[in-house]
Amino acid sequence: MSAIQVVRSEWTKIRSVSSTVWTLGLAAVVTIALGTLISILSKREFDSLGAREQVSFDPTFISFAGMSLGQLAMIVFGVLVVSNEYSTGMIRTSLAAVPQRGTFLFGKVAVATLLAFVVGLATSFVAFFLGQAMLGEHAASLSDRGVLRAVIGGGLYMMLIAMFSMGVAAMLRGPMLSLGILMPFFFLISNILGNVSATEKIGRYLPDQAGSKIMQVVTPFGDDTPYGPWGGLGIMVLWVMAALVGGYAVIKKRDA
Amino acid sequence: MIEAVGLTKRYGDKTAVYNLSFQVRPGAVTGFLGPNGSGKSTTMRMILGLDQPTSGQVTIGGYPYRRLPNAPRQVGALLDAKAVHGGRSARSHLLCLAQLSGIPARRVDEVLGVVGLQDVAKKRSKGFSLGMGQRLGIAAALLGDPQVLLFDEPVNGLDPEGILWVRNLMKSLAAEGRTVFVSSHLMSEMALTADHLIVIGRGQLLADMSVKDFISHNSADFARVRTPDTEPQQREKLTAALTEAGGQVLPEQDGALRVTGLPLPRISDLAHEADVRLWELSPHQASLEEAYMRMTQGAVDYRSTIDQRAGLQQPLPPGVTPPQPMPVPGQGQSGWYAPPPPQQGGQPFAMPQAPAGAPYAGGQAAGPYAAGPAAAPNPYAQPPAAPAPATPDTTQRTSEDPR
Amino acid sequence: MIELAGLTKRYGEKLAVNNLTFTVRPGMVTGFLGPNGAGKSTTMRMVLGLDRPTAGDVRIDGIHYDQLKDPLKYIGALLDAKAVHGGRSAYNHLLCLAQSNGIPRSRVREVLDTVGLTAVARKKAKGFSMGMGQRLGIAAALLGDPRILMFDEPVNGLDPEGIHWIRNLMKSLAAQGRTVFVSSHLMSEMALTADHLVVIGQGRLLADTTMADFIQQNSRSYVRLRSPQREQLLDALSRAGISAVEVGNGALEVDGGKPELLGELAARNGIVLHELSPQQASLEAAFMRLTAEAVEYHAHAETVGGTTPSPPEQQPEWGATWQQRKGH
Repeated sequence: MSAIQVVRSEWTKIRSVSSTVWTLGLAAVVTIALGTLISILSKREFDSLGAREQVSFDPTFISFAGMSLGQLAMIVFGVLVVSNEYSTGMIRTSLAAVPQRGTFLFGKVAVATLLAFVVGLATSFVAFFLGQAMLGEHAASLSDRGVLRAVIGGGLYMMLIAMFSMGVAAMLRGPMLSLGILMPFFFLISNILGNVSATEKIGRYLPDQAGSKIMQVVTPFGDDTPYGPWGGLGIMVLWVMAALVGGYAVIKKRDA
Repeated sequence: MIEAVGLTKRYGDKTAVYNLSFQVRPGAVTGFLGPNGSGKSTTMRMILGLDQPTSGQVTIGGYPYRRLPNAPRQVGALLDAKAVHGGRSARSHLLCLAQLSGIPARRVDEVLGVVGLQDVAKKRSKGFSLGMGQRLGIAAALLGDPQVLLFDEPVNGLDPEGILWVRNLMKSLAAEGRTVFVSSHLMSEMALTADHLIVIGRGQLLADMSVKDFISHNSADFARVRTPDTEPQQREKLTAALTEAGGQVLPEQDGALRVTGLPLPRISDLAHEADVRLWELSPHQASLEEAYMRMTQGAVDYRSTIDQRAGLQQPLPPGVTPPQPMPVPGQGQSGWYAPPPPQQGGQPFAMPQAPAGAPYAGGQAAGPYAAGPAAAPNPYAQPPAAPAPATPDTTQRTSEDPR
Repeated sequence: MIELAGLTKRYGEKLAVNNLTFTVRPGMVTGFLGPNGAGKSTTMRMVLGLDRPTAGDVRIDGIHYDQLKDPLKYIGALLDAKAVHGGRSAYNHLLCLAQSNGIPRSRVREVLDTVGLTAVARKKAKGFSMGMGQRLGIAAALLGDPRILMFDEPVNGLDPEGIHWIRNLMKSLAAQGRTVFVSSHLMSEMALTADHLVVIGQGRLLADTTMADFIQQNSRSYVRLRSPQREQLLDALSRAGISAVEVGNGALEVDGGKPELLGELAARNGIVLHELSPQQASLEAAFMRLTAEAVEYHAHAETVGGTTPSPPEQQPEWGATWQQRKGH
């Protein structure tokens, strides 16, 4: 049983179901479209902003604004890749073919991660260039300091979101349960915790808030976040690792 | 009584059921047979008014189902055991069916007891196994204590005890004078359950006769004869005598002889004349499956391609004998290749353009699907059925296998 | 070869499989029988390493399942035809399984052909009927051309031609020296297919024996005699100390008699026999007798509808039983 065989097999699996196309497609389209729209609006609003806001205006980060919604499609992608095995019963066929459960899970995660990274990176670049085109004279350039890091970071962020979802889905198995927990978590709870001053300090250690730091080029005025862009991504990576280790423990221990 | 007259159903340019006329009479279990895609389910659905016939009609007790007064009290059906709301308990599923047709709640607990689900009556049917779902479906069919019952593959998922129970249930329902119409793919089960058969293929009637007639019309009965194992010359002698008297003699795997064309007393006399002692002389009838296979042979195309096992000729683990070359003795080549699957859109078989009805008229299987001559069925004086063109050997061998 | 040694599986309080020890040997079809809930599926899942045994051990050709390199080349299994992603085509389903075990792509086409699904190979599996799904599952089992095959209820949803085909397929696989392990609830089907039987009930081994021995040990066997010289035959039998029962139609039944001895007896006395046929109960009857206590859901007699299910011990109609047993 070589890992190459498992990877090849997982690639066939992932390319042969339509949910892959529509979840990744939706992630890209939503991220790009919403980013472009917000970039247009931001350009119009720029003159009415206060001096502080104008100083900390971050054109790169603004072009990634669509990610808050686009990441939800990425979560669906990550969840379905894993939990479809359980909801369809395919898991029994899969594990009979690949009884080394660790190889199976990490082969699957590797293929889906690579795909999510490629799509995420492409999305990130397109969203950046389209967004900057809309921002006109306020636009940032790829050669500006920290911008390339932020754009590549956008791809990494989407990839890590997908990986985190895969880990959670491997722990919870069912797609409904996994989505029912992940969706409100990223869409509501994280936002609420991050925007209420009392919980702000906890909120910033959540995977999405820590990870999205990588896409910031200009630090907002009065920001006292104790970690930098790479530090934030590191925190997100820890979350992802925890989720995957948990998923591995569950798949290893429980009956299929 | 269920009565179909010229029943036809077209889906677009595809004819699922064509000019089907038959009667299902009370007091007997009538089996409904046919290959996948032959139109059995469509016919059942039309009987229950779920599908509207393109032409012709089907009535239950003289009324089309949709105009039947209080239909649930007259007709009970098990079509698809999964047609249940999974979140509802078995009892509430039956209760809401009962309330729809004014059946007292007491009856619900009764039928739950009948099908043996009383212990899980309060559980959600989502967690039911296939067999439990099947029992629930049967309970629903029995709910209105109906005179007419339809079952589609009733033993699906049941265990041997459940299969025996369903078989006896159907027989006793028929014995009470009810009309019982059952479709099934399990020939051996049908042979034990049904009194009468309706066989369709390509949406048309192939046979409408008693099980007994069906078997003798479509296959030859024979006698199994064994001579002393210790004296092989006796076997030779008897073979010669039987052949001379006009019988056909085939050796069986265990050394016995399969004799067709001679009645048992005649075989006994011939053995006596030839001074051969007999160790066995038993009458045998072909199986329903064999008869069915012969009849529907024309409607099945075997696909023959060879299992090449490309790239799989790996060294065998030590101590394992290498595989014997194909074909395996006693198995026709065709054994490896699956008959065509049910079609997905499109007819599996071309519709014959011959005038409908006539060649397959009920009772006389003289059409192109009947292999045996339709002569008076004297079981032992009948010439062996003409070997059918495709794979006769497989059919024979399987049933010959003395297991 | 599949070897189980003290295999046990406990779910909470319930012992699903209790100390099962048996070996499934190559070169024959071994039937695996038991009432619903007897633990057949759990056992099969443990063989494939899907469930972990609470105690005991199961080995494939001496190796634990998860130690097999490319397991599909050792053992092919059809456990649940629905264990397929419905959105994937039949071809891609088999391809991903083949790739995971280093099986060449050309083999996928071959098995699709073997099971007769070539025409629908590109269609999504969710549109498949139960019979087609079953064929896809059988194709997956054959994929690695394995020496061991395991089928759980293989004829489910197949039509008579399909049933006939799978029966011959299993027999020919066994005749090639492969190990074939098949579970089924259809006793009549098993009687035609299996050479050896493993019967379990409530998780325990009830029998591990050949088909012939199983039927003989668990049911009545007798010889039926017919003769135009009935009186002389009765005399001859009673002189030889053999008791015969008259059953009407001029037939006699000798319980546990050997047909060859009765034939010789008739010949010695110059009695013409018009029938001398050994009769045995069906596999079903034998199975019912053995497992009578181990059944979980007993159906009960109807009170108002008036149906009266017969007890399991009741033998089916004579002719039918014998027909089934002999397969004619």
